[in-house]
Amino acid sequence: MQVLTLTKQQALFEYLIRLADDRLILGHRLSEWCGHGPILEEDIALSNIALDYIGHAASLYEYAAEIEGKDRHRDDIVYFRNDVEYKNLKITELPVGDYGFTIARQFLFSAYSYFLYEKLSAVDDEQLRGMIEKHLKEIKYHLRHSREWVLRLGDGTDESHERIQKAFDELWTYTGEFFYMDEVDELLSSEGLAADTKEFQSEWKKLITETLEEATLDAPNFNQFMATGGRKGLHTEHLGPLLAEMQHLRRSYPDANWE
Amino acid sequence: MPAISTTYNKEDIWKLLDEVTDPEIPVLTIVELGIARKVTIADEKVIIRITPTYSGCPAMKAIEDEIAKKLRLNGIVDFEIKKDFSETWTTDWMPDEAKQKLKEYGIAPPGKSNSNDDFLSNLKNSSRIIPCPYCDSTNTELQSEFGSTACKSLYYCHDCDEPFEHFKCH
Repeated sequence: MQVLTLTKQQALFEYLIRLADDRLILGHRLSEWCGHGPILEEDIALSNIALDYIGHAASLYEYAAEIEGKDRHRDDIVYFRNDVEYKNLKITELPVGDYGFTIARQFLFSAYSYFLYEKLSAVDDEQLRGMIEKHLKEIKYHLRHSREWVLRLGDGTDESHERIQKAFDELWTYTGEFFYMDEVDELLSSEGLAADTKEFQSEWKKLITETLEEATLDAPNFNQFMATGGRKGLHTEHLGPLLAEMQHLRRSYPDANWE
Repeated sequence: MPAISTTYNKEDIWKLLDEVTDPEIPVLTIVELGIARKVTIADEKVIIRITPTYSGCPAMKAIEDEIAKKLRLNGIVDFEIKKDFSETWTTDWMPDEAKQKLKEYGIAPPGKSNSNDDFLSNLKNSSRIIPCPYCDSTNTELQSEFGSTACKSLYYCHDCDEPFEHFKCH
């Protein structure tokens, strides 16, 4: 049997692509709220968060392209990969749903991002650390924003309570992937270049449990079946249509330029 | 057409940059905001390093275009504008005069950022009080974490009944 060994460079490229794909795909999903928010302030807030994610993704793709060293532009990575080449978590690609679903997903993902980035802010790579530090400041706003809305909806009217409870129940199966680790994570975390997700899983769980309790919501069943596959390019049926919409212009007119 | 200038020093460039205002907050220049970070001149080529405020700030391209226009109008054609991520932008880079200008413009200025704050415990009992830029009342309420731009949040003053924006402490 041939043993394929991953080089540090390949692993770092893959790790950056995963981080970037999560943010690009969720940013694209959130941008669907632009012009459709339940109130003007939330329309603005969700669009701002979408912009932050796409900004985070842009800097991560740029660095990934540099690590790869094949002279690829970040836009080529975004527009000319197919769904199986995307490595985002499944939770980021799920359809936007109602406002309660959006807020529940934002809260679960922002809390995960916060703890992950806290760990990554100590990585042994100056350039990556600079980006992480910048993104982390913005993730804190995202977490504060979504947490406050979880409380408001959970402890709000019967309808808002019911809707956000349903959203958490549906989303829970996708949260196991936050803590997925494979050879990429293992190689890099031994080199001080990535986070060991096991180190913050209990803190994440604690924040989620406490917040749901405060919001008068039922805690999800922690032992239920967890979906996997995103990090290997195995996605739900929802990613394809999203990519088709995002990529079609660039693929139809590959030389088009905004300038 | 202006003559192509070859005699300029760093101070001249900084002076020009201090004439470029932010497209979203026209009362401040990109030097006052701390967006323009570094100027170097090597073999008459000017290199300007800028740091974005927020990752998704859509004004970055407009700012680059404004800098390029300002330099060209002053006869400087050999230049490069680079984005610099080595330091994380913070509102602490804004001098007090700039914060005063913001207040006069009707935007509550950012306070001093404290990176030692325990984010997770503040998450549960946030008690930041932002005084109203119009009447200085502290009887104000946060309406939304996000305002017309990523760098601002929305507040309401219960004393003078005016909504206002707060430049977030970042």
